[in-house]
Amino acid sequence: MSNFFKETDIDTSQAEAIVTETLKNCDDGELYLENHKSESIVLDDNKIKSSTYNSDQGYGFRAVTGEVVAYSHSNDISKESLRKSSDNLKDTLKSKKGTYNHEIPKTNNKYYENINPIESKTFDSKIDLLNSVNNYLRSKGSIVNQVTANFLGEHKSIEIIRSDNQVLKDDRPLVRFNVSVVLEKDGKKETGVYGVGGRQSYDDYLKDGSWKDVCDEAFRIANVNLESKQAPAGEMKVVLGPGWPAILIHEAIGHGLEGDFNRKKTSAFHNLMGQQVASEGVTIVDDGTLHQRRGSLTIDDEGTPTENTVLIENGILKNYMQDRLNARLMGTKSTGSGRRESYKHVVLPRMRNTMMLSGKYSQDEMISSVDKGIFAVSFGGGQVDITSGKFVFNCTEAYEINNGKIGSPIKGATLIGDGPSILKEVSLVGNDMKLDPGIGTCGKAGQGVPVGVAQPSILINKMTVGGTKL
Amino acid sequence: MIRDQEFLKDIASYCIENSKKLGATDVGVKVIHSVSENVSFRNKKLDESNRADSFAVNLTTYIEKKKSSINSSDLSKSNLEKLIERCIDATKITPSDENNSLPDKDLMSKEIRDLNLYDETHYPNDKKIEFLKNVEETASTDEKIVNTEAGFIENKNNFILANSNGFLGGYKTSNFSSSCVAVSRINGAMERDYEFGSTRFLEDMMEPEEIGKIAADKAIKKLGPKKIKSEKIGVIFDKRISKGILSTLASAISASAIARGTSFLKDQINSEVFPNSINIIDDPKIEKGLGSQNFDSEGVETNSLKLVENGILKNYLIDTYYGKKLNLKSNGRSGGTTNLYFENGALSFKDLLNSEKKFLYITETIGHGGNIITGDYSVGASGFMVEDGELTYPVSEITIAGNFKEMFKNITLANDLEMKYSTNAPTLLINQMTVAGK
Repeated sequence: MSNFFKETDIDTSQAEAIVTETLKNCDDGELYLENHKSESIVLDDNKIKSSTYNSDQGYGFRAVTGEVVAYSHSNDISKESLRKSSDNLKDTLKSKKGTYNHEIPKTNNKYYENINPIESKTFDSKIDLLNSVNNYLRSKGSIVNQVTANFLGEHKSIEIIRSDNQVLKDDRPLVRFNVSVVLEKDGKKETGVYGVGGRQSYDDYLKDGSWKDVCDEAFRIANVNLESKQAPAGEMKVVLGPGWPAILIHEAIGHGLEGDFNRKKTSAFHNLMGQQVASEGVTIVDDGTLHQRRGSLTIDDEGTPTENTVLIENGILKNYMQDRLNARLMGTKSTGSGRRESYKHVVLPRMRNTMMLSGKYSQDEMISSVDKGIFAVSFGGGQVDITSGKFVFNCTEAYEINNGKIGSPIKGATLIGDGPSILKEVSLVGNDMKLDPGIGTCGKAGQGVPVGVAQPSILINKMTVGGTKL
Repeated sequence: MIRDQEFLKDIASYCIENSKKLGATDVGVKVIHSVSENVSFRNKKLDESNRADSFAVNLTTYIEKKKSSINSSDLSKSNLEKLIERCIDATKITPSDENNSLPDKDLMSKEIRDLNLYDETHYPNDKKIEFLKNVEETASTDEKIVNTEAGFIENKNNFILANSNGFLGGYKTSNFSSSCVAVSRINGAMERDYEFGSTRFLEDMMEPEEIGKIAADKAIKKLGPKKIKSEKIGVIFDKRISKGILSTLASAISASAIARGTSFLKDQINSEVFPNSINIIDDPKIEKGLGSQNFDSEGVETNSLKLVENGILKNYLIDTYYGKKLNLKSNGRSGGTTNLYFENGALSFKDLLNSEKKFLYITETIGHGGNIITGDYSVGASGFMVEDGELTYPVSEITIAGNFKEMFKNITLANDLEMKYSTNAPTLLINQMTVAGK
């Protein structure tokens, strides 16, 4: 039984009938229903700055024929509204005729529990913990200038009704706990940010005082940055630490391997399938099946079960990430990568947890092999131009390397490279693969979705570092 | 069809009354309805058609100095009743903060001026399709263009903002926007560029041929870029990105950044931050302006502000909460700036390009490399080399870096300001930035 029609003037079978009738001459499509609850509590400047509860519900009705997508969404779940959407879709596709593809794989796997993290921890205890974070960090001395901490919890229920009464459902918890600290010393101010999260309850991340580790890490990064000098400018060797720096993989390679850009031939990778795009030791996967990870999904937003998709194997380009539309047009199968931010958004092929797998070298070997370069441990965000392949990311913790030794910390700088060639510059792949702490959000076409990344330490032969010191 | 004011007022009043019944001492609420229709094309064929019909209610309840908020898209009274209860429950147990309050009554907007922000014209999808065909037809004339995408969005909004001090106001707005992205290719390497127009009134929209031509020309000009050597050089920011300097200023002088002590411009009020030739205005009352408004997101009257006068920082952007922290009155900038712009400089575009032998001219930046706390700036960039006043060759895969404090003091403006966005700047030159390349 569907919960979405309970307090409406329409029941499930009537909705199913509208879907079947609307999509009868289409290649694909569905009615996507979503109920989304989220809560955000922010402590800032010694006070609870805000507490906000969001409750959103609505549908997105999609019809696809050939390359054309007709979409209509509304938060009014009613007979009249659905009929209006249906008319709208039929009108857009009136001159086209398709054959509905009923095939959609089934799954019994579950990669997270159906819990509501907002309700599984009391409001009081969340406020108490934020105050404890503030007190704990401020007890580290007058050097602490500002503390911001927040809880962001959500629970999303989705239901997908396909033609001929196929119904697929998923319930998705997601939490994030973030701490940001500003330190001031000798008139200089610097920030440190750290957070944790994933698809389970807050307490799984914060028990036994482990929230203090999050605070300590934010404090450590800010402290390192207080000692930072001007970053160098120009091409040099770059060692990336394990874990979160894998947003390099996400920006440089990941976006370029999404099906839509390759079908449209606007990706710098569109004619490189089967070819060597990375050094031999490099294997990259996009995995939606990791237990309780931020980027994991039991089924994607079209109902396809997710999988572990091999993108690059020993340097060879093996697969793109596909949703149903792009897979059909490219003559292949969906990889369970069809995602949307909400019912207000159309489906696009997106990343889940993008990971470079471990090689055999130690981080020490990499650093000692570098005469002059930088060692980048933590990043802010990144961005890519899919077409030219140029990508950037911003260091938030980095050090000089001189004669094989780690030197002074350097100020945040942007690193820029070329996606299709950067992986050929990866000369050593480390043996220390690590997942990120569960904080990533990927933006594409105005839609943000939660993602994960992972990588071992890697040595890149040549990248441009955007500092100010020539 | 967009819902009328009476419908939205009814929901707003319901929220205020019920919140008060359950114990709220103050209440603020916003109810919004928006309808948007958008059509997109790719390579001269229909790609996507999308219709959106959305409601939203944002409610904040206060019990003395305690505060909590809810947002919902479901306007049914049964749903609102449950959510208001939840909001009040959360408010009761949220610690109080002496700065939490509704805006002072005497600052509230008293009358709503018609700023010409709503065009009721409906542009049917058939017309949008015709428009986009023309955009792409022009964009794809040159054989170096291998892919084009174009879109047209029509948006209609209506809202009511109300609070328990008796404020109630709202009005309709509309927006039409059209864009084109062109991909060019030569020797297997591709570049992408775009053009777009956004207006309150349909009649003010750029011609489709113009949008297509500009996108294609720009994408073709970018082909075959070189990476240049690292050096210190004067950097000219194209109008499409020079407005970013103003967005940085806006973040740095927001009352929140100042009160929290996290701005590189803290304690710089009444100091020289820019060269003395520079004036920066934020004017909410421009007719048909994309950033125009009668009042801010709290209902406070907004008027034109000179943020920077003769290079001197004159005003912060102040809302009620952070205003109280700073002992300053709100100047109607809850929600940020409105129509923000640099007054024109003295040099023509051509004279600016000729003011030195060699410049780097940047048309696009990527990444989020600005740090508001320290003022440090480092982003990826692409554009052109300028030699003897002429754009000589495209440049990419480089970064530009500096510190905003220094960059602000080294700005020279051209006199080619256009009001194309809500934040607008003429072409501008920043002397001596560090470029990292080869």
